Amino acid sequence: MSFQSKNDNKEKAMATPSSLASVAANGRKPGTSTLGIGLEARGVHAWFGKHHALANVSLDFPAGTVTALIGPSGCGKSTFIRTLNRMHEFIPGAAMAGEVLLDGKDIYEPGTDVTKIRLKIGMVFQKPNPFPSMTIGENVLSGLKLAQLKNANKDDLMEECLVRAGLWNEVKDRLNAHGGSLSGGQQQRLCIARALAVNPQVLLMDEPCSALDPGSTLRIEETIKELSETMTIVIVTHNMQQAARVSDFTAFFLADGGPGEMIETAATSQIFSQPRDERTENYVTGRFG
Amino acid sequence: MTQSYVIPKPSRPWRPSPREKALNIGLLLASVVTSYALVALTEMKGKLAYFFVFFAALALFNMARGLITKDWMNGRDQFFSVIMLLGMTIVILPTASIIYTVFDRGRKGLHAGLLTNDMALATPSDPITSGGLLHAIVGTFLLVAVASIVSLPIGILTALYLTEIKGRFTRPIRFLVQAMSGVPSIVAGLFILSSVVYTVTKSYSGLVGSLALTILMIPTIARTAEEVLNLIPNDLREAGVALGGTQWRTVAMVVIPAARSGLITALILGVARIVGETAPILLLTGGGDAVNFNPTQGAMGSLPFYIWKSFLLGTEESITRGWAGLLVLLVLVLSLFLLARFLGSRRTK
Repeated sequence: MSFQSKNDNKEKAMATPSSLASVAANGRKPGTSTLGIGLEARGVHAWFGKHHALANVSLDFPAGTVTALIGPSGCGKSTFIRTLNRMHEFIPGAAMAGEVLLDGKDIYEPGTDVTKIRLKIGMVFQKPNPFPSMTIGENVLSGLKLAQLKNANKDDLMEECLVRAGLWNEVKDRLNAHGGSLSGGQQQRLCIARALAVNPQVLLMDEPCSALDPGSTLRIEETIKELSETMTIVIVTHNMQQAARVSDFTAFFLADGGPGEMIETAATSQIFSQPRDERTENYVTGRFG
Repeated sequence: MTQSYVIPKPSRPWRPSPREKALNIGLLLASVVTSYALVALTEMKGKLAYFFVFFAALALFNMARGLITKDWMNGRDQFFSVIMLLGMTIVILPTASIIYTVFDRGRKGLHAGLLTNDMALATPSDPITSGGLLHAIVGTFLLVAVASIVSLPIGILTALYLTEIKGRFTRPIRFLVQAMSGVPSIVAGLFILSSVVYTVTKSYSGLVGSLALTILMIPTIARTAEEVLNLIPNDLREAGVALGGTQWRTVAMVVIPAARSGLITALILGVARIVGETAPILLLTGGGDAVNFNPTQGAMGSLPFYIWKSFLLGTEESITRGWAGLLVLLVLVLSLFLLARFLGSRRTK
């Protein structure tokens, strides 16, 4: 089966967070992110009004790894990923419990500057959403303006982000065109480039390929693999082959009548070859969902 | 490479064929004949009778054609197409008639000095070529400009509160804004008269007139801007915030630029609401006959006031002046609209 495609899965899985962190501290290229020691969710619950949507999720995202969140619709994957950079609170009536630790510090601690948190934990959304009033180039650099960051060499940064998002060759001659003039797949890569420009430690991707054709999906998966060298990635996906192709770890979510829960998490190869839980096996083998 | 096919002539098979076109014209003529015949033979009289008999006949003929050539569904389709045409005509005819009448009568009042002279030295029975309405144009511009400068920020900030902050007072404020947009203009005028003119300024001026216009303009701008801002997809706000922007930075850099052309439309609608407003102007501005560039002091003319006064004076010359004033007001509003459309559709860079 194609599930064993990523050879270095095991090596990465073996590396402890601290050893990764020391690698990160030593040899980082300028302009790429500092990895830190990763993200950690502890006992996260989420509510919408009275509706208990997510219960007791504890999950580690070691620095420099790709973690896929899979599960049927309505199981709380998107809700969970939105608690990880405090986007959950934008929904009226939302509530949560538990801790989300970035480098050991709770991002929900009172007094935390939430805009700083979102700078470190970037997000790519399901639907490509470039800013319509800005050109392609302005879109890439919009994060700097939004967060009022200084960068002396904007042109280099713009090129670097577009190269890393795999879009540079397609747009280098029309950086002054509007973002909306790109195709859906290109717009999504533009959104990835935009998220990279503020140099996040963690990148959350909420079904980034669900609106895209196979070719664009492939480009974005390549982008994810390249990015995982320099940042921690969490990706929600409905496509199990995609989870198998890009991720080091996989977590399976399921809502069985009640709130969504995390059923099982393990190295991706294990989830797809010998899951411990029967429900996981049923899902990954396509028996339901 | 050789081309293996002959490029066909582009055609539009969905367009009506010559035969169908002929039939359309035939039905149209038949309807005209029917309306004349019915009006002549029955007791119905007047233009309105011709108008409605014509449309009724056209609708029935088209329905009959649909029934005969196709089926019941198509007949109904044809019938309602004509009803739509009737609705459109009912909307367009009065507008066209107003524009035609204003241009036709106002044209007689046009002369070389119209836009460069004021009425300070002209009496109502002077020939039309003496005097002009410079003072009224200057006054209207100043009144609208001052009212816009005050109303635009307040209106847009109100709309931002309703759509972005969504605070505790959203519902009462939305209710108040809606209620305010129904305030009769004379009430706004009387309110400023009693609360500002009698107690503070004790005199007429352009500024107090603008204040009354502001009361009318703010709800229009706020409501339109709210609708426009509600159309901006939430994705964009989330994207801005997820990139580390504060709410204010996101609104200022993402939401407002995305809504720009709609916000300009809100301003146009606000200006359209007040530019022809007469009642508060009559109460508050004093309506001078000389050019006055100072909105804080002295009587200030304006186009609605000029028109009202000209018709009131009643001499033949002054009524012609009134029509000319209407023409200028109409052209002014039209060019404002075109300018705003142009600004709104133009993209930056």
